[in-house]
Amino acid sequence: MDCLGSYDVIVIGAGHAGIEAGHAAAVLGARTAVFTLTLDFIGNMPCNPSIGGTAKGHLVREIDALGGLMGLAADATFLQSKMLNRGKGPAVHSLRVQTDRKRYHIWMKHALEQTPNLELHQGEITGIDVRDGHVCGVFTNLNGYYACKCVVIATGTALGGRIFVGETHYDGGPDGQHAATALTRDLVRKGFPLRRFKTGTPARVHRRSIDFSRLECQPGDPEELLQPFSFLTHGAMHNKVDCYVAYTNAATHRVILDNLSRSPLYGGDIQGVGPRYCPSIEDKVVRFPDKDRHPIFVEPCGEDTEEMYLQGMSSSLPESVQNAMYRTIEGFEHLEIMRPAYAIEYDCVDPTSLLPTLESKVVRGVYGAGQFNGTSGYEEAAAQGLLAGLNAARHALGQSELVLARHTSYLGTLVDDLVTKGVMDPYRMMTSRSEYRLSLRQDNADERLTPIGREYGLVDDERWAAFTRDMAVKNAEVHRLETTKVPLARLRAAATDAQRAALGESGGTAAELLKRPGIDYGLVAKVIGRGEGVTPTMALRIETELRYAGYIAREQRTIREVQRHENVAIPDDFDYAPLETLTLEAREKLSKIRPRTLAQAGRIPGVSPSDVAQLSVALLRRNHREGETHD
Amino acid sequence: MPSTICALATPPGEGGIAVVRVSGPESYPIVERVFRPVHAAKTVAAARGYTALLGHYLLRGVEMDQTVALFYRAPHSYTGEDVIELSVHGGSAMAGGLLEALYLAGAVPAGPGEFTRRALENGKLSLTQAEAVMEVISANGRQGAALAKTALDGSLARRISGIQAALQTLAAHMTAWIDYPEEDVPELSEGELTLTLEEQIGALNDLIDSYGAGAVLRHGVDCVLLGRPNVGKSTLLNLLAGFDRAIVTPIAGTTRDVLEQAVMLGDTGIRLNLFDTAGVRDAGADAVEAEGIRRSWKKLEEAGLVLAVFDLGEPLTPEDLEIARRCQGRPALAILNKQDLAGQGEAVAAARQALAPYFKTVLALCAKDSASLQPLCDAVARLLGTAHLDPNAAALCSARQLTAAREARDALQEALDSQRGGYGLDAAGVCLADAQRALARLTGEDATEATLDEVFSTFCVGK
Repeated sequence: MDCLGSYDVIVIGAGHAGIEAGHAAAVLGARTAVFTLTLDFIGNMPCNPSIGGTAKGHLVREIDALGGLMGLAADATFLQSKMLNRGKGPAVHSLRVQTDRKRYHIWMKHALEQTPNLELHQGEITGIDVRDGHVCGVFTNLNGYYACKCVVIATGTALGGRIFVGETHYDGGPDGQHAATALTRDLVRKGFPLRRFKTGTPARVHRRSIDFSRLECQPGDPEELLQPFSFLTHGAMHNKVDCYVAYTNAATHRVILDNLSRSPLYGGDIQGVGPRYCPSIEDKVVRFPDKDRHPIFVEPCGEDTEEMYLQGMSSSLPESVQNAMYRTIEGFEHLEIMRPAYAIEYDCVDPTSLLPTLESKVVRGVYGAGQFNGTSGYEEAAAQGLLAGLNAARHALGQSELVLARHTSYLGTLVDDLVTKGVMDPYRMMTSRSEYRLSLRQDNADERLTPIGREYGLVDDERWAAFTRDMAVKNAEVHRLETTKVPLARLRAAATDAQRAALGESGGTAAELLKRPGIDYGLVAKVIGRGEGVTPTMALRIETELRYAGYIAREQRTIREVQRHENVAIPDDFDYAPLETLTLEAREKLSKIRPRTLAQAGRIPGVSPSDVAQLSVALLRRNHREGETHD
Repeated sequence: MPSTICALATPPGEGGIAVVRVSGPESYPIVERVFRPVHAAKTVAAARGYTALLGHYLLRGVEMDQTVALFYRAPHSYTGEDVIELSVHGGSAMAGGLLEALYLAGAVPAGPGEFTRRALENGKLSLTQAEAVMEVISANGRQGAALAKTALDGSLARRISGIQAALQTLAAHMTAWIDYPEEDVPELSEGELTLTLEEQIGALNDLIDSYGAGAVLRHGVDCVLLGRPNVGKSTLLNLLAGFDRAIVTPIAGTTRDVLEQAVMLGDTGIRLNLFDTAGVRDAGADAVEAEGIRRSWKKLEEAGLVLAVFDLGEPLTPEDLEIARRCQGRPALAILNKQDLAGQGEAVAAARQALAPYFKTVLALCAKDSASLQPLCDAVARLLGTAHLDPNAAALCSARQLTAAREARDALQEALDSQRGGYGLDAAGVCLADAQRALARLTGEDATEATLDEVFSTFCVGK
């Protein structure tokens, strides 16, 4: 066996997780190699051609704030952009774009190629080399060996991938890639607790075969409202395509129900656990028999292709049944399917075997990210990839690693959920998973994370300068609003009739007035002018923080309270067995998860507040005893 | 090494037997010195756990009361330590003697709740159990004990689950609507949101109120008897207590001090901690009596229940009206005593009219007549809000539970206010989640996971 190279960090996979992992590691100065089954699928989108969405859009902003690539790539290659939930409050505003799938891949491949310290290799990793419990190299299918200090596993659905279409199933990854099966066997041998999850994707169809006159059109946001993901993207943005909505009907449902036994999901061939939030059309029809129709979103895959994606219609029915099923839909009567829908099973790790740094507790120096960790979604994957790559590099370079607390970010929340609670089905980020969502808005991701990214070496000078400039603008404007009085008469004169009713009875500082629901920054600016350098986005951020100050303060109080328990460290070697008051379940869970803090212990399912109280007493007693022995 | 503690385990002065519990590493040697088994071949030292011995206890070498000793060996005991429970005849004399003997033999008096604290530290109780047990121990009266036990049975948990279920349904709808903005999720109407919030605020308020009324049942209520000299306060006290407790003489000013006595009020289950006060009148030169009167007024300020007694045998005096005035705004019941002397109804009607502005209830009775007890009990129960309290219904048991319920209620109120204040649904959502988490602290359920489960089982969302 030939040793072909030596690296600080080797990343297995170049999907959304692998890209950010490799990029982050290389930016930190670690000698990094990214291995992928094929260089032509770097940053591939085997499922929907879109980035962002509720909570996921938050993650993209966080990746960007930390110096990652996803936001920049999405801004560069988007086809249509929408801010979701505009009417439901600023905490849940979420950006989503349709992306040009091929151009996204090309952008990402080129970005990695241009990254110093980073090498791209086409090749399959078949195993990892472990010495004294720590990884020290990887093996390739070409009988090669590469030495390394750390490995990031970001294998997506390729690890042990198996595709199901009706009665047919075969080993394989998405879009004709082959499955990586050797690595699964090796990881099992090394003691990784692997499990099987499944996911699915709908058909891709030819644009010319759809009668768009029978579908509802869904354009993007008006161009003047378009916002980028990246805090570094400036300049005009343009929507390039429309999306459409079609609906299933009784005939569609009949075809599905008549052929249910031919679905591997219902026929019993699929053992993997599928995501609750991502049901196949079979699941939807079976579980919600009262719904007489389900929406299907028709989304273009790119400017250089006629392929359209049918969101909402993922299926594992046989190809012939898919043809019949799709063609019952109004506007789809002559549908030409280019890629049939399929379900895919793959191997992933029980994430409770990971530390909050995303390092494995089984083999040190091995980090996991993305679907390998039990999540689903490009954004979830990319965010973990960034953290895993960062920590792998810092580990390799002998530096302290980063743990993001829940209150800092959706990313911190995601990782804490994974390693503390574990997952029963593929994990998707949702706004309701965060208890601090008024503080964790997509508009302030830079304030929350860019300083951390800077401290840990991810944020370059350009981004840091932009951030400090933005903060200076914000602070100056908040100060101006807090100190500038706005006479009510002038406000009334500037207001529209509709606004006038909500003005209230008295004047005040601009900041005080902005707390009133009927008054926005635009109206106040008519009287006192706009602050220097205040963009519409910044204006909305300031307005939100003033208006929601009470609620945000409430969250901050909770954060401080939880922080007390976050600050109580539990020693790595703490023995739970003698704590007989704790339920057996709690002791088993605590011994398995090995929480690092009392707060994390309290979040483990099956560990009750009374268990935590007793644990805290036990920790006190231990410290007390140690104090005695030292004296 | 921890000390060996002992204390009376049964409420003082009540019941046929009194139990003294001894716990700690020296329990067996200490009891050995105090307890002499009837069967001479048996010894305390040799007694195994979960066995009993009959014998007598000795105080300064003198054989005292017949005693049953129940033995527990660590860790199989309430506290997890070596424990011996000694039962003697009820009444304070026998138990007091036994305690004295144990102190002489080396035990120390247990601090309040110390048995339970040791049980908790030794892993014999969960925090929730410990809290409930603390309440059972301190519960006075039948109803109070039943109320404290329901926490152990989980009826409180069921009641809270009901509220949690309603909040979860709302949160699930909100989550689906927010996280799946483009799908077929029915809009969350402001009406639905407001209605659910108001209903659950009401349910939580009921629970929170149950804490106050429940506390009356558990801890009893301090009750002051007030009235001019010789209007019949002591007779009333005797009516309540069921035997001659206070000195009752026809000479005005017999009762000079604040007398304390606990009585169970008829069948209400309420324990009244009675303070019979010196008759209120201008005392003139008698300094002792003046001091008694000063205490009476002070007691009035602190009392949870005031029974103001008036004499129907004579017209209301300025002193009566002064008493009435001082009762205004207090939990006070006016008792028109000596109904038998009142003759025709006119005097009663006049007195009623004069006193009505100052009292929540005015009740005419004859304290000498034992039949007067029932209407008095009913009036008191109504006044304290315990009349409709079902001791078997769930009620909040501990300050921790009360705090959580209040937090949840306040968070829901904030959610409601945010809607009225024109904030987005996100503000209401955050408050709602806070309320769910506060309640989850009581039941240990993961509110987020439960809500997500409901989202995906109720709404057909996802690609």
